[in-house]
Amino acid sequence: MLDRIARLVSVAVIAALMTPLATAQPAKPWRVPRTADGHPDLQGNWTNATLTPLTRPTGQERALTKEQVIRVEKIRADTIDRLSQASDPNRPAPPKGGDGSVGAAGMVGGYNYFYIDAGDHAMVVNGEHRSSIVVDPADGRIPPLTQEARDRMAANGKRMSGFGQYDNPENRPLAERCMLSFGSNAGPPMLPNYFYNNNYTIVQTANDVMIMTEMVHDARIIRLRPGPALPEQVRLWFGDSRGRWVGDTLVIETGNFHPDQTFGASGERRRVTERLHRVDQRTILYRFTIDDPSTFTKPWSGELPFLTMDDLIYEYACHEGNYALANVLSGARAAEREAAPAKPDQ
Amino acid sequence: MSSVPSRVGLVLFFIGAGALEAQRASLSIPRTARGKPDLNGIWQAMTTANYDLEPHVARPALAMRPGPVVPVPAKEVLAFGAVGAVPGGLGVVVGGRIPYLPEALAKRQENQANWLSRDPEIKCYLPGLPRATYLPFPFQIFQSASKFFIAYEFAGAVRDIYLKDPGPPQVDTWMGQSVGRWDGDTFVVEVTGFNDQSWFDRSGNHHSEFLKVVERYTMADRDHLWYEATIEDPKTFSRPWTIRLPLYRHIDPDARLGQFKCVEFVEELLYGHLRKNPLK
Repeated sequence: MLDRIARLVSVAVIAALMTPLATAQPAKPWRVPRTADGHPDLQGNWTNATLTPLTRPTGQERALTKEQVIRVEKIRADTIDRLSQASDPNRPAPPKGGDGSVGAAGMVGGYNYFYIDAGDHAMVVNGEHRSSIVVDPADGRIPPLTQEARDRMAANGKRMSGFGQYDNPENRPLAERCMLSFGSNAGPPMLPNYFYNNNYTIVQTANDVMIMTEMVHDARIIRLRPGPALPEQVRLWFGDSRGRWVGDTLVIETGNFHPDQTFGASGERRRVTERLHRVDQRTILYRFTIDDPSTFTKPWSGELPFLTMDDLIYEYACHEGNYALANVLSGARAAEREAAPAKPDQ
Repeated sequence: MSSVPSRVGLVLFFIGAGALEAQRASLSIPRTARGKPDLNGIWQAMTTANYDLEPHVARPALAMRPGPVVPVPAKEVLAFGAVGAVPGGLGVVVGGRIPYLPEALAKRQENQANWLSRDPEIKCYLPGLPRATYLPFPFQIFQSASKFFIAYEFAGAVRDIYLKDPGPPQVDTWMGQSVGRWDGDTFVVEVTGFNDQSWFDRSGNHHSEFLKVVERYTMADRDHLWYEATIEDPKTFSRPWTIRLPLYRHIDPDARLGQFKCVEFVEELLYGHLRKNPLK
């Protein structure tokens, strides 16, 4: 479908070039492609990579000024340039305790930019460059937590305080264990992870919409058919999603979240409503609302574009190649052995 | 002498019945707006192929050790009792035997003896093909005019089956690169670009990175699908060989593909010894 659109567009461009200026016609308005059952066709590969953060930095308005856009994109471009420099093959091993490099470089100069695809642009919604994904509340910030949520987090903190962060595989983050993507890629809400692989495949049938997140090859199956709700005790990764078309917008409601798949402070009681609307040839406008009275003092919403991607999506076989988790744990054990006082008989 | 005409009649009757049967099947399969068979749905194999693709009798366990009289279940699986036993089956290999080259056959035997430490299914690794099809888990086909996608319950494996060939695979993977096309009413998928890590079953049947799988999905009627996979790997087999098995639709209208994200289920197995305080 996308190829066909691309072909049609290139034909249109050639035709436009060949038409003398004096007789140039206005370009034919873009019309949303539709599936056999008449709904907007959202199928294909999409990316939501952007440098726009989830919440608004202090001192910014919703819309970034032209100068702000140039500045943030220049900072990112410079970073990319710097991290794209060839590594020095003769560099020594990093010093004990790390080389001070931050983020993905992880104190040992780990990843350079070849491995990273974090987004190089401030996202645009309705022609406006945005400073944050969150748009409601109007200040672009997540509403304050309820007392219940603060108590829950304190209790959780207390429970986990008995562990060191490298004691057990279960003490490591879900992404490091190859359970889910970094951040909230698969969601819902489906958000950029500001690192890499912010890519999705959408397939639509009469009964379901399937959204696959590259990391970790996670297929969300969104049921369009009516049917019984899931029993309360059945709690799924990415939750249980029901979709329906409201006009040309796909509306998805999700609950029954797996208790381990938290979203910020938000727990398994949250309901997430998502709206996917194809606004132009390149773009699905993705909007979401999080409603979790046990966690937030009021519901909050965000919006971001998903842009078409011509590239293929490759297999993210995370667990199969997860040397990191074993190395992280065995490194911690080695550090403990080194730190332990020598036994008297040795 | 009246038996000759009646025999002819009988033969004609069967030919007629066969043709009718085929016609009935072709009329009864669901079709898309473009007239292609509509394979959308949740499917599952009902076979012992995942235990062993070849014909096999039931046996006490997948892992065995020598006993005083006959082999007995290995220590690690002993507690499973009858739950850990292997059901027998007539196999799904057309012709019965997998045509291994001698060295590859020896490796199969070695794999079998080391099943516990070697079978990627135990570690919740992506299952590869054709194994994903006949694991004891369902899978769901998402078919539209422009896409053909399969999501498997086991390990959350997925395949985007390209309807336009993107060219040679850029990288070797567990699930390979799939390119599909219609051959009449049969959906044919060529899968290449495999790594050499996946197995075909719990009996150590294996392949190299030269594996090529050609799958054929043909609807028998609305709730049954014939699955055929031809396996080619000149480094492992003396000739291409084929497996053939039926797939069954989950007919409950509320059926849904479950989640079997088994990575967390195997953490104790894979990383338990690296805990700060390993369990005794």
